[in-house]
Amino acid sequence: MVEIDAKGAYYRDLNKKVREAVEKGEKEIVLKNVNGQYYIGDGLRGKSTIVVEGVPGNDLAAFMDGPTIRIKANAQDNIGNTMNSGKVIVEGNAGDVLGYGMRGGKLHIRGSVGYRVGIHMKGNKKQAPTIVVGGTAGDFFGEYMAGGVLVLLGLSNDGEPLVGDYLGTGMHGGAIYIRGEVEKKNCGAEVGVLELDDEDKKVLKEVLTDYCSDLGLKLEDIMSKGFKKLVPVSARPYGNLYAY
Amino acid sequence: MFKSLAPPEYLATIDRVKCIRCKRCIQNCGWGVYSWGGDKVLIDTFKCVKCLRCYHYCPEEAIEIKDNPTKFKENAYWNFHTIRNIKKQAETGGIPLTGMGSDKPYTILFDNLLIDACQVTNPSIDPLREPMELRTYLGKKPSHVKVEKTKDGKLKLAEPLPPQIKLDVPIIFSPMSFGSISLNAQKVLAMAAKACGIVMNTGEGGLHEDLMPYKDNVIVQVASGRFGVTPEYLNAGVAVEIKIGQGAKPGIGGHLPGEKIPLEVARTRMIPVGTDALSPAPQHDIYSIEDLRQLIYAIKEATNYKPVSVKIAAVHNVAAIASGIVRAGADIVYLDGFRGGTGAAPSIIRDHLGIPIEHAIAAVDDRLRQEGIRNEASIIAAGGIRSSADAAKAIALGADAVGIATAALITMGCTTCGKCYTGNCSWGITTQRPELTARLDPEVYAERLTNLIHAWTHELKEILGALGINSIESMRGNRERLRGIGLDSAMLDILGVKPAGR
Repeated sequence: MVEIDAKGAYYRDLNKKVREAVEKGEKEIVLKNVNGQYYIGDGLRGKSTIVVEGVPGNDLAAFMDGPTIRIKANAQDNIGNTMNSGKVIVEGNAGDVLGYGMRGGKLHIRGSVGYRVGIHMKGNKKQAPTIVVGGTAGDFFGEYMAGGVLVLLGLSNDGEPLVGDYLGTGMHGGAIYIRGEVEKKNCGAEVGVLELDDEDKKVLKEVLTDYCSDLGLKLEDIMSKGFKKLVPVSARPYGNLYAY
Repeated sequence: MFKSLAPPEYLATIDRVKCIRCKRCIQNCGWGVYSWGGDKVLIDTFKCVKCLRCYHYCPEEAIEIKDNPTKFKENAYWNFHTIRNIKKQAETGGIPLTGMGSDKPYTILFDNLLIDACQVTNPSIDPLREPMELRTYLGKKPSHVKVEKTKDGKLKLAEPLPPQIKLDVPIIFSPMSFGSISLNAQKVLAMAAKACGIVMNTGEGGLHEDLMPYKDNVIVQVASGRFGVTPEYLNAGVAVEIKIGQGAKPGIGGHLPGEKIPLEVARTRMIPVGTDALSPAPQHDIYSIEDLRQLIYAIKEATNYKPVSVKIAAVHNVAAIASGIVRAGADIVYLDGFRGGTGAAPSIIRDHLGIPIEHAIAAVDDRLRQEGIRNEASIIAAGGIRSSADAAKAIALGADAVGIATAALITMGCTTCGKCYTGNCSWGITTQRPELTARLDPEVYAERLTNLIHAWTHELKEILGALGINSIESMRGNRERLRGIGLDSAMLDILGVKPAGR
């Protein structure tokens, strides 16, 4: 284990130190006194674990491919931007535009998230991204989603609605699981709301077992309430928009 | 079934006396115009797009493709395409799509600009005898350099220069993705780029492993769909481009139709087979210049500070936007004019939004100079560059290099039929159908594209020679060597050129 003091460090210098530690083969890197530094873990490869103490800045784990980052506080915007593999665990709340264009790996958020989370996530049989949000989510959750799994639990809501408007607008692949009821008026026109089948339950159990073990939660507590599944109603939502 | 009231644009005809029933036309047509009727070739002329593949492969020259004489009654206001689009929309309720750059008869500014030449008092240079320097470096140029002496008394730079992309000729191949064009077409671009010492751009569709041998001649693109973007991808090429907009469809997203998404394309894009590949209109992590800066530096951090290009469509406020892009840290500003090509765009957008590239170059070059930041980024100008003369004029207006795409596709057989969005290209360019893409032999066509670049290189050298200068650097932003004809004073003022005769 290696500790790096981020107090007052410029992001470029801090990230260089992290990169060097990863290249040296450090298994666990603890960043102390982080306060808004951008791009932690950006484009980082390998299997290291990075523990962030303090609130990191935007674009954490952008383009990341492999490592695990645990944030022991709240986090900001753009986590996991176009991330390819690895995991980010946020023990508090997180901001807007998480997992934009995400291709693989996992985002486990204990608290709530802002707007535009999980936009244009993609996936195939070989790899698919997962985002689990413990609290609530803002508008455009899962917009343009093309693959992967988005889970919204609503465990704590601070008086906020479970999810904002335009849920899954333009969705053409993947699945969104929402714990609780979903009103059709919140959903994009391209989304169908279904009950879970056995395959869904298997997927959810697997995803949530991992989530619970990361964040010290009990699977039974989460599964005590029913889920709804959102899927695209058409593989080509805009197929009829054009005249050829 | 209801018969369409939109008549066919073209009449495919076969001279029945000349026809030897070899069926080559049936094999070659990607559109299904021809079929075998037992004793003769049948023709469904509604499907014909006049791509001329059948004509070229008919051994007897029996085929003729005519413009349909039985058109609607046209007048100067209600022309054939206007009426036809209304009929099509009435029948489908859809947005008519189109491919290629706008073909509408707006003023072509390149054709209203003429280049200077030397006579008597300032001698021209003969490029056949004298060296002519076309080499161009794209990237940030420092406003000053620090020099220090080494022990043996030689001078060297005290600080490294910002990263540069080296081009032997100030031309690049504009972004066209795997998906919009075939892998073989991308190979043609990559092979020719390598042979010519220039670069091609992947567009937003990932970098296929077959192109890895050409990675030193590749710019990779990151756009709103983030297709194919991995750390390897970002680090593969010589630079990374963030695509904000495209000249043919400013302000709207990309939409690769499901017909062009077979397994291989779906795999690189990580989306389901046969779905439409949607690149949202904005990048949802970029709503401001500050957000753009964040992505530029996210990419720089992930690539150990490779040059980053930002591509925008030429729009009304392009100068202020470009200034913001440069201040956000971009090394290259890529401007795409409204004549720029596309694989698929609503024709209403393509034909009515944006501004010509000529205005955009002049406005951006002026603004960056006024603000003292012209050295901070190179300008690539694209969107309708048809010849080396257009390239020379664009550079004289202030571009560092030009991007070409349609011209490159024409060397592969493209006849600008404009049906790229259907995925039926008989020349194997804008299609993913294996029987069609197999026709495009990368080696054969890479040689033709290389020929084109070499021909333009010679022409550019001739132009420089005529101007009495021996380096493209002396022509860059040198608007004194341009004159306008038939342009009003406001236009001349924007372009920063004098009228011919003055």
